[in-house]
Amino acid sequence: MTILKTAGLTKKFGDFAALDGVDIEVGKGEVYGFIGPNGAGKSTTIRVLLGILKATEGQATIFGKDVWKDAVGIHKRVAYVPGDVNLWPNLTGGEVIDLFIKLRGGNNKSRREELIRRFDLDPSKKCRTYSKGNRQKVALVAALSSDADLYILDEPTSGLDPLMERVFQECVREAKAEGKSILLSSHILSEVEQLCDKVAIIRQGKIIEKGTLKELRHLTGTMLLVETKEPMPNLAEVKGVQGIEQKDGALSFQVDQEELDHVVRYVSGFGIIRMESAPPTLEELFMRHYEGTGTGGAL
Amino acid sequence: MTNQLFSGTGSLSRFILRRDRIRIPIWILSFVFATVATAVAFIGLYENAQERQAIASTMGNPAMTAMVGPGYGLANYTSGAMMAHQMLLMTAVVVGLMSVLLVIRHTRTDEEEGRIEMVRSLPVGRLSNVAATLLVLFLVNIVLAILTGVSLYALNIESMELEGSLLYGAALGATGMIFASLTAVCAQLSHNARSAMGLSIGILLLAYIVRAIGDVGSEAVAWLSPLGWIVRSEVYVNNIWWPVLMTVGAAVVFGGLAMYLNSIRDLGAGFLPARAGKIHASPLLLSPFGLAFRLQRTGFIAWAISMYVLGASYGSVMGDMESFFADVDLMQDLLVPMEGFSLVEQFVPTLMAVMTIIATIPVLMAVLKVRGEEKNDRIEHVLGRAVSRNRLLGSYLLISLIASFVMISLAGLGLGTVADAVMEEGFDIGMAYQAALAYLPAVWAMIGVAVLLIGWLPKLTGFIWLYLSFSFFVIYLGSLFQLPEWVEKTTPFGYVSAIPLEQFDWLQAIVLTTVAILLIVIGFVGYNKRDIGK
Repeated sequence: MTILKTAGLTKKFGDFAALDGVDIEVGKGEVYGFIGPNGAGKSTTIRVLLGILKATEGQATIFGKDVWKDAVGIHKRVAYVPGDVNLWPNLTGGEVIDLFIKLRGGNNKSRREELIRRFDLDPSKKCRTYSKGNRQKVALVAALSSDADLYILDEPTSGLDPLMERVFQECVREAKAEGKSILLSSHILSEVEQLCDKVAIIRQGKIIEKGTLKELRHLTGTMLLVETKEPMPNLAEVKGVQGIEQKDGALSFQVDQEELDHVVRYVSGFGIIRMESAPPTLEELFMRHYEGTGTGGAL
Repeated sequence: MTNQLFSGTGSLSRFILRRDRIRIPIWILSFVFATVATAVAFIGLYENAQERQAIASTMGNPAMTAMVGPGYGLANYTSGAMMAHQMLLMTAVVVGLMSVLLVIRHTRTDEEEGRIEMVRSLPVGRLSNVAATLLVLFLVNIVLAILTGVSLYALNIESMELEGSLLYGAALGATGMIFASLTAVCAQLSHNARSAMGLSIGILLLAYIVRAIGDVGSEAVAWLSPLGWIVRSEVYVNNIWWPVLMTVGAAVVFGGLAMYLNSIRDLGAGFLPARAGKIHASPLLLSPFGLAFRLQRTGFIAWAISMYVLGASYGSVMGDMESFFADVDLMQDLLVPMEGFSLVEQFVPTLMAVMTIIATIPVLMAVLKVRGEEKNDRIEHVLGRAVSRNRLLGSYLLISLIASFVMISLAGLGLGTVADAVMEEGFDIGMAYQAALAYLPAVWAMIGVAVLLIGWLPKLTGFIWLYLSFSFFVIYLGSLFQLPEWVEKTTPFGYVSAIPLEQFDWLQAIVLTTVAILLIVIGFVGYNKRDIGK
């Protein structure tokens, strides 16, 4: 079942197209990773989805309703954490959490207390005294305490320490286990790799790749690390081999999926001492798309 | 040991001067300029001894004593005596405020931002920052004292001789010094810059109020406040130096106390217990309206009190106005007597216009806050939840409307009640209140313009302040500059009945209110259509 869907979503600021035909689709119980560098259009997409910005062209629906026209109705079942959490300096964290929960229209006291404890947040402090990480915790506690069907999280962990990052990942898995859907925008690729079922990569307002991690890897190929008795002088000329690097006396390179059999046969002719294979990390996928294209950001 | 405590104080002082190389000269020059301009204005306003004696006779009442300090030399009210009596205390309070702001900036704020930590990691003494701050502040106040004194003397006004002028400056400087030291003490007591600032300004206000109570009631109470000392220097009449010197002495003592407290506390700590904030929000906060009000609560209350005080201070002079008008020829030329109205009554509409335009400031701030929240990226927390744009903007509009009623009511009632108390023949409070309320539709029209801008031209909301300033200029000074009639009609304040001189014009008020509603509706339509963001 589709929870969130955009089709040809375009947002222009004057002549500048911040989003150019974005298509994404999040199903029920799915964690959808939305990755790209700063300024690529992640936050703009999310703001359109929240009905804060009006799309220039294209459709966006959540729970089958139009994100602009039915914003209030949709938001009753959505929880959102912005990337830059700015809070009111003279309110305490506890007050802000209560306010946020109330404005969405839910009330789950025990869940709130549990999350405050897990995220190790002191809710009695004024927001002006909070660090970036603590402000993010306030927004996360408020969002995760609510019984939403869709969580929209915009770089929610950029200020968290590794321990809190782990707590966050647990919370996301719990939400997924309860059948909730999550749109997770991030540039921390290891996080996306661990949590997400599907991934979309955005660059300069365009989605340049999307699918399950498995599909994306299939497009790219496998990483091989090989050490042989005899040197392999002509490896670079073998079809399907790319990006050869020397590593501790071994050679590391990438092999296209369809040429794998052929390449392994070639390599075995030189007497294999050691051979490791691994799927490419998301980072390698990501870099492949961005290398040689300048900054990649839209701005 | 000294090296341990004060090493690097000189460099830090120079660094503070470097950081404030624009801020400090602006403060000092503003004081010198304002003082000189007032002195010159007084000379122009009251040309001879007879006119000055006329105003002196109005200075005896308790309200004036409470406001500017006890009258002295009233028997021979020279220009100098008048200047010092009416201006010294008010100026001294603002000098005190300057000291508070500068000291907090260089002590607790720097500490809170972690800059003191970086400085302290260098070979710098433990007390060097406090010492350098006080050193700079003392220097600033001494320069301020000398410049003000010399400038006043340079005006070459007969009754403003050299000693009195220097004492005038010294009294200002001494006030600055004592409040610099007191603020430095507060900065040690509180945990954070904001509460240290609140405490310091609280002490400044308390000093003013204690002095007012003392001046009106018992002399002994007035001596509890440093501001009570300052006004007892009787500048330009008796030129008593020792209260000023005593103030400087107290400044040194409190400066020492600040350093002692600084030496026995940890960086980032304070002596007053830090109040833990609320873990849960009060039910009153839990709505867009509750949030909008909570964010503006302190300002709202402060403005409400100020509006009453503003009305009251105009009211306090009403009693003596009639006799004053009778004595001063210039005023008789300005105000053409009208059949059936006293001069005081004729003055009411002008006062109301000034007060309501001032009261419009907090009213507009209340609705423009929604735009401030948008610029600070906080509106998305609210709109990202189940809150419609109408409800959000409506909450801020409602506060603005409430503010319009509260602020204008308080200004009118302040004027009415106090005027009634000080005037022998009494004053019609109901009339004053009606005169104030007559301005409501005009204020609503201003709110309408603000909402229109928020809805359609969010980047140009600042335009409303320009329009308000223009309105003030046209309404207040229009008759003075002989502006044509139609100019007044370019602002909503030009469509208000001048009660009690005119009957209340219902049609005019209804039209103005309808325009206001129309502008608001159009503004809401725009707000629902546009992108939210910077």
